[in-house]
Amino acid sequence: MKIVKSRPDLCTGCGACMIACSKVLYKVEDPDKSAIRIKERPGAESGYDIFVCNHCGKCISICSVEAIYKAKNGAVRIDAEKCVGCYMCVGFCPEQAMFVHKDINEPIKCMACGACVRACPTGAIYLEEQD
Amino acid sequence: MTGKILATYEYTPAKVERGYAGKTLYINLSDMTIKEKPVTEKMKELFVGGRGFGLWYLWNAVSSDTKWNDPENEIIIAGGPICGITQYPGSGKAAVVTLSPLTGCPMDNNVGGYFAPLLKFSGWDALEIQGKSDRDVIVFIDGNRGKVVIEDASDEPADTHLLAEKLTEKYADSEEDKRNISVVSSGKGAENTLIGMLNVSFYDVKRKAVRVKQAGRGGSGTVFRDKKIKAVVVKYKGVTGDSNNPADKKKIINAALRLHKEIFELDKLQNRMREVGTANLVEVMNDYDLLPVMNFQYGSHPDANRITSKVFREKYFTQNVPDNCWYGCSLSCAKAVDNYEVKTGPYKGQKVCVDAAEYETIAAVAANCGIFDPEYVIEANFYCDTYGLDTISFGNIVGFAMECYERGIINKEITGGLELKFGNADAALELLHQMAKGEGFGKIAGQGVKSLREYILEKTGADAKLLRDISMEIKGLEVSMYVSKESLAQQGGYAFANKGPQHDEAWLIFMDMVNKQIPTFEDKAEALHYFPIFRTWFSLQGLCKLPWNDIVPADNAMTDEPHKIPAHVQNYVDLFNGVTGKNITKEELLLQSERVFNFQRIFNLKMGKGTREYDMPPFRLLGPATKEEYESRAERYDKQLKELGYDIEGKTTEEKMALLRQYRESQFEKLTDAVYKRRGWNKNGVPTLETVKKLGIDFPEVVELIAKYQE
Repeated sequence: MKIVKSRPDLCTGCGACMIACSKVLYKVEDPDKSAIRIKERPGAESGYDIFVCNHCGKCISICSVEAIYKAKNGAVRIDAEKCVGCYMCVGFCPEQAMFVHKDINEPIKCMACGACVRACPTGAIYLEEQD
Repeated sequence: MTGKILATYEYTPAKVERGYAGKTLYINLSDMTIKEKPVTEKMKELFVGGRGFGLWYLWNAVSSDTKWNDPENEIIIAGGPICGITQYPGSGKAAVVTLSPLTGCPMDNNVGGYFAPLLKFSGWDALEIQGKSDRDVIVFIDGNRGKVVIEDASDEPADTHLLAEKLTEKYADSEEDKRNISVVSSGKGAENTLIGMLNVSFYDVKRKAVRVKQAGRGGSGTVFRDKKIKAVVVKYKGVTGDSNNPADKKKIINAALRLHKEIFELDKLQNRMREVGTANLVEVMNDYDLLPVMNFQYGSHPDANRITSKVFREKYFTQNVPDNCWYGCSLSCAKAVDNYEVKTGPYKGQKVCVDAAEYETIAAVAANCGIFDPEYVIEANFYCDTYGLDTISFGNIVGFAMECYERGIINKEITGGLELKFGNADAALELLHQMAKGEGFGKIAGQGVKSLREYILEKTGADAKLLRDISMEIKGLEVSMYVSKESLAQQGGYAFANKGPQHDEAWLIFMDMVNKQIPTFEDKAEALHYFPIFRTWFSLQGLCKLPWNDIVPADNAMTDEPHKIPAHVQNYVDLFNGVTGKNITKEELLLQSERVFNFQRIFNLKMGKGTREYDMPPFRLLGPATKEEYESRAERYDKQLKELGYDIEGKTTEEKMALLRQYRESQFEKLTDAVYKRRGWNKNGVPTLETVKKLGIDFPEVVELIAKYQE
């Protein structure tokens, strides 16, 4: 499968990726509902950090209700029907790439659709094949 | 498959608003009444929920003459406003309140499993059961359909590992549906002893097994079986992160994510609760000479390395499954042993999943009986659970009986042939099976340490003072698993505890003895004021204590009051306000607890106890009660006597023991005075009129009651 990789030095912080992502996931243009997040680098005068899921799957064993699974294409996904909104996976994500919104029961998580990559004007994020 | 239906009640499930369903389900088993009662604003304001509701209902149900096995006695199970949120670790607890067969006073337990959250989402803040059935029954609450049914359960097994699994199968529509069921049950042991406990189940989807957590202390299971309840089952499908319908979810989420991240980063460096649960305490307590060994005579043993968390981790615990007992608990301390093959008794040869083993159980059934065998721990843990017996009381009873046997106070004539020597695991297990059957010496021993002491006195004419010194019970309840000899504050923590000597009220031993954070009487009194009150709060809300201080923020040591874990106290303020929409401060948080705490003390008074004389511990809690104990730590005690200015040159052990005893007893009396004063109680341990007024619990009945005890 292809996962989203990043080159933060190319990021201008425009936020187009977040808008694109929230549109795909929740049909809104709201960075707070995006599964990719661009944050100003703390302590630095300029530059951005990019947080996005690498589908490592560590969250699968954290979940006590088996709501997180590896889909056929290799993407790690959440079954919203099973999810009880506990956010253990969010706190335990080594990439800090799972997010929460008070109006959404399940964590907000990348599905590896590539919409963010297509929206990025600078190539700061790109898709790369992963085993 | 279904037993005869004895009563049915249909209702429209109340929607939970800001943590409350607003209703209580009342059941009377004498006449099979089922009805709803409103949860009033006044109740919420004064008693909050959980244990507070339980005590209030029980207070109104019983008179000062009511005995545990009278139909008037109740069992109340209630979560609390925070109970059932899925985001913050430890938020699925149930408080269980009843009049105890061991103490005759209100008993409270705080138990995991899914029951309280599912009960609330079924429309009930509390379940209040009164009366006694004339036949075995199951109460089934269907929270989706809005239906309560009482069924004849004469043909069902009593023991939990059979019954909880059978009922989970029976009421679930599919494998997927099993997580929506929680069963409260007990077992045969609870029928035939006074140390019966309640198991509360949840379905572990990863193990595909029914797991159970215990409301262990003080005989709640005995009351349950006396009422002829085999099980109470709740079913509710549809739990989400919003089921508690909080006022401000953001506050909850922020606190929860902070704690999840702390646990992710720090648990492996701190207590390793995710890996080994509370078993990590075995080695810690043994190292600090605090692990009860051989009926609390000693605090450590060279063979304790055979029952440490390392042994359980490497050989028995199943790893890589998150072991929480409610959704969202990333601390996940509920360890289990899968595919354990039972070695003795009626279930010999069965392969079972055992919820084993917690620190208290390991210490009680093993070290305290001089047994250092991990497989015996799992065996005893399994049988205590399925029989519905409290492991702490069981371990105390066996340890006490073994000491009496070794000292020649009792013999095989009394024990019915059992060779009750320390270390004899076979004899301990045989006694356990006898307790469950209500046969032989097990029937006598199963009445608890206090009753056993009285029996031995009557049968043998042994030294009454020695027997009191070494029988580890206060108020009739057996002591939980910490040697308090070198911690005055912990002695008070045990002795003054409302329900009896259980550490959940005040665990101060490290603060006092190891970290020396509370050196003066004033400091100790302050700690014995603050911590029991603070810790009471968990049981009002449906919360677990462990995520408060079994994980601490990285910068906790730099705070003004590290022993209070200020950042986590703030989390609790945020949780309460986030759920209820109120705006309490941490001082108001304490006030909620102080009110209930004092009310419980006064409830003891209502039951004819609750004064200073009932706060007296056996001497072994305060210091070495026998020559062997003194001499095993002679260097320590000699040094203390010298520091106190005694000339011990040429004195015999007995003479030195007498000096130490006199000193320690006087210290305990001084502590008692200081603590009562700080709590706003008089010298007899009774809350003053001023105190009850300040707390707003000056109901006429309370005022009338305490008036008799004012100086």
